[in-house]
Amino acid sequence: MTMLHLVNKSPFDGSSLNTATSIMKPDDALLLIEDGVYGAIKNNTSAAKLEGKNVSVLGPDLAARGLSEDKLVDGVKIVDYAGFVDMVESNDKVQSWL
Amino acid sequence: MKFTIQVNEGPYQHQASDSAYHFTKAALEKGHKIYRVFFYHDGVNNGTRLTTPPQDDRNIVNRWSELGKEYDLDMVLCVAAAQRRGIVDDGEAQRNGKDATNIAPGFRISGLGQLIEGGVQSDRLIVFGD
Repeated sequence: MTMLHLVNKSPFDGSSLNTATSIMKPDDALLLIEDGVYGAIKNNTSAAKLEGKNVSVLGPDLAARGLSEDKLVDGVKIVDYAGFVDMVESNDKVQSWL
Repeated sequence: MKFTIQVNEGPYQHQASDSAYHFTKAALEKGHKIYRVFFYHDGVNNGTRLTTPPQDDRNIVNRWSELGKEYDLDMVLCVAAAQRRGIVDDGEAQRNGKDATNIAPGFRISGLGQLIEGGVQSDRLIVFGD
């Protein structure tokens, strides 16, 4: 039983990334969307929380904020909306940390 | 796979309605079924046909209506949330003595039970909000 965790807030605008990363199980996946993509930026205060976790960001939301792949924490994947759909399908539950 | 989508935020507020739309569209294009799109809280504002965004901006309401028509989507506005925010169809206008309606094509107004049923009948429930 795996869960997809969705975080749509910047780590500087709420605690949802913190909550999601502290609750998620080893096989769970984390997808950062909307302002959530800021959570995957290299060297920021939240970067360490992503270590060892299965983390993806939504590419269109990353691009909309003028950010590119080289700004991301190593190992973070980029998916498009079709990839988002695939992640929803491949995990048993979806939790939006609103 | 069958999905129900919940939208808790109005159009042009943050990004939830856009995210929900793009997700729904991508799921449909991949051959999944959308059992229902349920608009809750300020999300009911996605269902008024009286919006006029600037011509060079996306028309969020029309975009939902068009997607709904193309894929025969069941797009439901929560009745209590709609009453509070003045989203009205013929039935609500009659019941509450209103002089106009404003519901957009493809939407209908119904109860919260529709959200629960959507969750029960679908493989996944995905919530978009703020």
